[in-house]
Amino acid sequence: MLLWCNCFMIFVDLYFIFLLCFCSYMVSKMSSKMVGSNNLAHARRMVQQLRVEASIERIKVSKASADLMRYCGENAKYDPLLTGIPASENPFKDKKPCIIL
Amino acid sequence: MACQGLAKGETTNTLKAESESLKAKLEEERAKLHDVELHQVAEKIDALGQFVMKTRRTLKGHGNKVLCMDWCRDKRRIVSSSQDGKVIVWDAYTTNKEHAVTMPCTWVMACAYAPSGCAVACGGLDNKCSVYPLSLDKNENLAAKKKSVAMHTNYLSSCSFTNSDMQILTSSGDGTCALWDVESGQLLQSFHGHSADVLSLDLAPSETGNTFVSGGCDKKANVWDMRSGQNVQSFETHESDINNVKYYPSGDAFATGSDDATCRLYDLRADREVAIYSKDSIIFGASSVDFSLSGRLLFAGYNDYTINVWDVLKGTRVAILFGHENRVSTVRVSPDGTAFCSGSWDNTLRIWA
Repeated sequence: MLLWCNCFMIFVDLYFIFLLCFCSYMVSKMSSKMVGSNNLAHARRMVQQLRVEASIERIKVSKASADLMRYCGENAKYDPLLTGIPASENPFKDKKPCIIL
Repeated sequence: MACQGLAKGETTNTLKAESESLKAKLEEERAKLHDVELHQVAEKIDALGQFVMKTRRTLKGHGNKVLCMDWCRDKRRIVSSSQDGKVIVWDAYTTNKEHAVTMPCTWVMACAYAPSGCAVACGGLDNKCSVYPLSLDKNENLAAKKKSVAMHTNYLSSCSFTNSDMQILTSSGDGTCALWDVESGQLLQSFHGHSADVLSLDLAPSETGNTFVSGGCDKKANVWDMRSGQNVQSFETHESDINNVKYYPSGDAFATGSDDATCRLYDLRADREVAIYSKDSIIFGASSVDFSLSGRLLFAGYNDYTINVWDVLKGTRVAILFGHENRVSTVRVSPDGTAFCSGSWDNTLRIWA
């Protein structure tokens, strides 16, 4: 009797395992079809995007660097953190105490 | 359905092949113009002297990590937001708190001051961006006038007003950026292209400019046209998440700070990375970057509690600032360039000059 019960339980377990495998196989088949069409749309978008990016006008790094340097040079005098401004003009720096004679 | 699948299989492969060849062509075009390095061109200019920058003010009052801050255009007020849901408006000269709002969510990761100085926008784990008009009456309950503007499907990572109080640009953990009309809350334009969370965005500085740059967890920095929603340029050289992006003051370049412990400068007209700011001794990620007014200095806050100051042109570090007792989460230079403010996970903000 006990042996029969054990065999039955093993059968039930095997059945459920088979059911699980079958279900996950079917789901993966369906999702791979959906992913298939998603992949296509995604690939089309990527190609479109790359076409846009490949077609832009570019300049040489030497020219771009020269422009960056020129901008820095022209604006350096207006940059308080770079040149430092006297404590009296910077609202954040502590003012020296006034001596009243 | 199965027959369609077969035909599609053919096309996907040809598309893949085309995208690979386009990528190779892009690299080739970029490499052709790479005739010199920025730091080589910069050898002829003088090196910067010693920098002495100290903490001039410490703003204490947040009960938890400070996540974001922004300066008002009056160069004096600051708004900051923290993990405990509090958004505080400070007067940086006197360190007084002028307004305080408690958000209904924690981790308020984004906050921004309106150009007029009359409102602040903030958001975070509530997936929304809300605008609070600031009133002169200190006793008025700000939360009552709150206006929900943006709705995303994941956390709000960054927000910024455009040139007026009327439009807000937001970026989110759902991988998109979006442009909203503040008055009606309507979505004006959305920007799709990132394949992971977008962590930061910055608007181009020019008055007529209508582009912005965004950086995200997919290691890409994308430049977008605000009117068409089109991604016009894309840069992918970082080795890890990009935490922060900031335009160079002229609008021709932008800098990024990343978890790979480097900051990089990308030039938009040369369409490539032109400088890397890194050192072997820096192993912690950079959480936030900002330029000084002339663009010669780059301030970067790191997760090792320090702020490094880089010479943008020469690529060298000119100063390292200590003071915070936990990660530096945000660094912003004031609008007139006299000081910069840093916010940290140690619950404080510091003004350096």
